[in-house]
Amino acid sequence: MNKTEKNQLQKLACKVRMGAIEGVYNAKSGHPGGSLSAADLFTYLYFREMKIDPKNPKEENRDRFVLSKGHCAPGLYATLALKGYFPMEEMKKLRHIGAMLQGHPDMKGTPGVDMSTGSLGQGVSAACGMAAAGKMDHKDYRVYSILGDGEIEEGQVWEAAMFAAHHKLDNLCLIVDNNGLQIDGSVAEVGGPEPIDEKFRSFGFDVQVINGHDFDEIEAAFHHARTVKGRPSAIIAKTVKGKDVSFMENQVGWHGTAPNAEQYETAMQDLNRVLSGLEAE
Amino acid sequence: MAEMVKKATRESYGEALAELSEKYPQVVVLDADLAAATKTGVFKKACPDRFIDCGISECNMVGVAAGLATCGKIPFATSFAMFSAGRAFEQVRNSVGYPKLNVKIVGSHAGISVGEDGATHQCNEDIALMRTIPGMVVLNPADHYEMKAAVKAAIEHHGPVYLRLGRLAVESFNNADDYRFELGKGVTLRDGRNITIVATGLMVSRALKAVKTLEEQGIDARLINIHTIKPLDRELIIKAAKETGKIITVEEHNVIGGLGDAVCGAVCEAFPVPVIKVGVNDVYGHSGPAVDLLDEFGLNAGHIVEVTKKALQK
Repeated sequence: MNKTEKNQLQKLACKVRMGAIEGVYNAKSGHPGGSLSAADLFTYLYFREMKIDPKNPKEENRDRFVLSKGHCAPGLYATLALKGYFPMEEMKKLRHIGAMLQGHPDMKGTPGVDMSTGSLGQGVSAACGMAAAGKMDHKDYRVYSILGDGEIEEGQVWEAAMFAAHHKLDNLCLIVDNNGLQIDGSVAEVGGPEPIDEKFRSFGFDVQVINGHDFDEIEAAFHHARTVKGRPSAIIAKTVKGKDVSFMENQVGWHGTAPNAEQYETAMQDLNRVLSGLEAE
Repeated sequence: MAEMVKKATRESYGEALAELSEKYPQVVVLDADLAAATKTGVFKKACPDRFIDCGISECNMVGVAAGLATCGKIPFATSFAMFSAGRAFEQVRNSVGYPKLNVKIVGSHAGISVGEDGATHQCNEDIALMRTIPGMVVLNPADHYEMKAAVKAAIEHHGPVYLRLGRLAVESFNNADDYRFELGKGVTLRDGRNITIVATGLMVSRALKAVKTLEEQGIDARLINIHTIKPLDRELIIKAAKETGKIITVEEHNVIGGLGDAVCGAVCEAFPVPVIKVGVNDVYGHSGPAVDLLDEFGLNAGHIVEVTKKALQK
């Protein structure tokens, strides 16, 4: 991609981060850390990779997305709002009574949400079902699912991985947001799922390990995944939890905590600085 | 009069799926390495392209079914009740129930009559588990003809359904030619006045025998077959409470959380009468021939007769 395109995506990703912080701050609860780490992945998927139409969110032949790590809904919601599925104003009502945007993705009420998720491990299986339906009906849509590195401690993820490879679901692409942290500490300390790439490889996936904040690497990985035939793809995206918010970066405590007023101001200043820098480029 | 059939409802399930496959091309059947036992193998043979063996991974199977349903399929996710309703409970609740997806969860080999496999496989809790999921329809058909009709009704109902199948062959009492199955409606098999027996699943044919014995002894018992435990036919149950004053519930399930509790809930609110529950009394089973176990746990006509007579003496 050229420099302008890349700059465009970086600005969008920054706005996704701002939207996520806005949502979590107004809700006084939610999950900022993983929303920020996955922001570049959300942005690339929705603005470059997936065949989707916000005006027709249920279109039969669209690509599908499942946020298996459903707690990072603020990041997904901000992306959907930027893409035009609903007004960004909805972010301010996140997690409020009667709000369209529930604490975890709810396909019944939110345009653009393809699967209700939140209970870890379950989204990957649903993504497998969507991919299997695509194969059955000879359709060419693709199915994408972002999961957490902590999430893959759930056994169901590996049941699903075995299923995907066994049924040759080459229309399925899993993206592991490998930010290295989970609620109780580092992923290495708590559950120890590393080496993640070797695990997926041994389960029969085509595996790539990339920097999940570098749009050139993200683009190359998704391009390659499209060429893989006869087996599913896994992209292990190395990311920074709390990315671009100074006091959140790589901090375990920011998995599921909302910023207070002062922290909100600092976070927005940090992100505005990033955005201004990108606008000056 | 149709021919009397003695068949396990799991067999009728497999047959129904295969017979209805052409009329309902959206139906997809999933199993978790038990196709020979759950009888989904019959469908597999008829429609190999619409059968998915998920291997021994029931939680994933339920999730795959959910994904298929979002793409317009009508998946029947099938395993032993212990695993489809039990092990995968949270998957059923969160991936199927919460998004209200059009998935049919099928629990075969339910109840104590699994027999020799013993306590780990005798699921006496599935009705209770599935009943608590908002919006879940819970079906427990009693014989061959009812099961076939229930499979069709499950396909035609848009939304999550739990369908309970048995391993043991049961005598059919319905008539193929004139049996009309209506989701959520109980069937009055005998219109007595002294007391009402409400039975479900495999226990209906046994309750029918009990009612005949009671009749010989001058007791006029009403018998209601509840094939749909949720939504319960409250109207029919409350009418029976009003007209007969006492109710016996009969189920091959723990007395906690099953048909008995569902009936109690309806009656307590609307017209309180004594409800005596015949079922598995909050204990685990053990290995043994199915019919002997049913006798041991009081799940037979003789015991129903005893309980009914005792209830009438009070």
